Amino acid sequence: MGRTLAEKVWDDHVVRRADGEPDLLFIDLHLVHEVTSPQAFDGLRAAGRPVHRTDLTLATEDHNVPTMDILKPIADPISRAQVDALRNNCAEFGVPIFSLGNAEQGIVHVVGPQLGLTQPGMTVVCGDSHTSTHGAFGALAFGIGTSEVEHVLATQTLPLKPFKTMAITVNGALPADVTAKDLILTIIAKIGTGGGQGYVLEYRGDAIKALSMEARMTICNMSIEAGARAGMIAPDETTFEYIKGREHAPKGADWDAAVEYWSTLPSDADARYDAEVIIDATTLSPFVTWGTNPGQGVPLASVVPSPDDFDNESEKAAAAKALEYMGLTAGTPIKDIKVDTVFLGSCTNGRIEDLRAAAAIIKGHKIADGLRMMIVPGSVKVRLAAMSEGLDQIFIDAGAEWREAGCSMCLGMNPDKLVPGERSASTSNRNFEGRQGPGGRTHLVSPQVAAATALRGTLSSPADLEEKVG
Amino acid sequence: MDKFTVHTGNAAPLRASNVDTDQIIPAEYLKRITRHGFEDGLFAAWRKDPSFILNQPTYTNATVLIAGPDFGTGSSREHAVWALMDYGFKVVISSRFADIFRGNSGKQGLLTAVVDQDVVEKLWALVEANPETQVTVDLEKSQITAGDVTAKFEVDSYVRWRLLEGLDDIGLTMRHVDQIAEFEAKRPTFKPVTTA
Repeated sequence: MGRTLAEKVWDDHVVRRADGEPDLLFIDLHLVHEVTSPQAFDGLRAAGRPVHRTDLTLATEDHNVPTMDILKPIADPISRAQVDALRNNCAEFGVPIFSLGNAEQGIVHVVGPQLGLTQPGMTVVCGDSHTSTHGAFGALAFGIGTSEVEHVLATQTLPLKPFKTMAITVNGALPADVTAKDLILTIIAKIGTGGGQGYVLEYRGDAIKALSMEARMTICNMSIEAGARAGMIAPDETTFEYIKGREHAPKGADWDAAVEYWSTLPSDADARYDAEVIIDATTLSPFVTWGTNPGQGVPLASVVPSPDDFDNESEKAAAAKALEYMGLTAGTPIKDIKVDTVFLGSCTNGRIEDLRAAAAIIKGHKIADGLRMMIVPGSVKVRLAAMSEGLDQIFIDAGAEWREAGCSMCLGMNPDKLVPGERSASTSNRNFEGRQGPGGRTHLVSPQVAAATALRGTLSSPADLEEKVG
Repeated sequence: MDKFTVHTGNAAPLRASNVDTDQIIPAEYLKRITRHGFEDGLFAAWRKDPSFILNQPTYTNATVLIAGPDFGTGSSREHAVWALMDYGFKVVISSRFADIFRGNSGKQGLLTAVVDQDVVEKLWALVEANPETQVTVDLEKSQITAGDVTAKFEVDSYVRWRLLEGLDDIGLTMRHVDQIAEFEAKRPTFKPVTTA
């Protein structure tokens, strides 16, 4: 019987297999950041262990770092201590690091792909659940906890129980105004925040094949919001084209050998999946969340749902609690929801295509009175690329804040936070209670919806702008 | 890691589904660089509400948490496990756990016991009616007993063995360094490295 993409990558990384034990898998790339690593390095120190493969490990500073005044010392002493701990640990153990101010610094999941370090058929881990992003290249990539970070640092392997596989088949073409973000939010609403638990998701079908690498990263990034540790997309010409020529891409004969191998990875025609979900792309429309988990989403053109719309008691209770937290009334048109802050950035939507899409909508207009819009590029490289295209000036002229690279308001570990009761339209990945600041209210949106919302002041799609903005 | 065989204690009923790790411990508490002392961050936002379950004197000394489905979703932060353990929890019972949270728990010795939702409902009713109810979680028998409720729970067999023996993963993997070296010698040359 044929094998799926995920099974092929898994099989090629088995160091040891024994009855009744998890497989021991080799890890090709271990990405590290300041939040989930200090206790892991402490563990190594206590046991007198070195980092086994510093050449397969890379650290960046992203979660805690400020997005303004980056050349001054970090103002928050606790954040500063954590960033300092990463720098000291990397120096002590010999791990390469891109620190604040370095031209390669940025969000770990933006940095890996842009350097060409993320390639098809690799195993990629990081102490961060959005490591699933790298699955867009046909890599098996997943988030791990700090104990596992220590395990990978010490051995470059992880003991893992095999995953089940789920195909998410997206047939047809996405309508012109529907983005990768709308698609993944729709998928999560359909299968639920626990629907992918225990599975590796494989996104496939015509609509997926047509996506750019950056759009594929947006899709795979949010696999974890459906409960799946990993999401994957089969590598193809789009993938190879993206990698070719990047700093860490294979060169010369290695390139040819790599492409030959990568071309064997797509799932075999007779491969069996443990589950399949089929989506008709042509029926989709811009999609946003109304509640406090990423599965609580609806089409932008609809209304805030009522707890009575849900089947089981647990979901009814969750909906009632979410409406209360979000300060929303059932039946309100989504497009009537007024927003205080628009956040464009994160490992989900902080890449150059995201900034271009938003800038194209904002160009020549002003953001709504009293609204704050923050643009936080996913990396220094994205920031510089945007500036070379003049996107920064488009945002600044519209009244938005043009910031430095980092995770920023996606999780509010740095000064970029919502205040209690403040409502955001955010291109990030989580609308949990307090995620963007205690008491903050988050609506997850695409970059296009974020831009249109910034201009109108209420949740909007670009199509809503025609009559409202002169 | 301490061995886990059987635990008996008071239980707190957490009637909520989709308890994400941002709720278990908000990001603000993740800036610390130590592995202990996270008990103050546990459910920090919810604990500001006097009616929250852990603020009720009858449940403050609970060591077993009985939660709704999809416990531990979201961020991979192991701090969520540390916070639960630092607070005093030894066991979390739910009908479904998020994968990463469950893995992290197994590494640290926090037992995640999976039971059907109707067992969760029975246990909730039991400990709500009598907060002094003693809940016994027996890992050797994979069984929960409380009042008139007896139920088997699911736990990964390998994790169960490690918890019963109190073994840590890195030490186990280190027994196989030769096989790791063998694998490394055969890796294709086109695989990237992070160093120049």
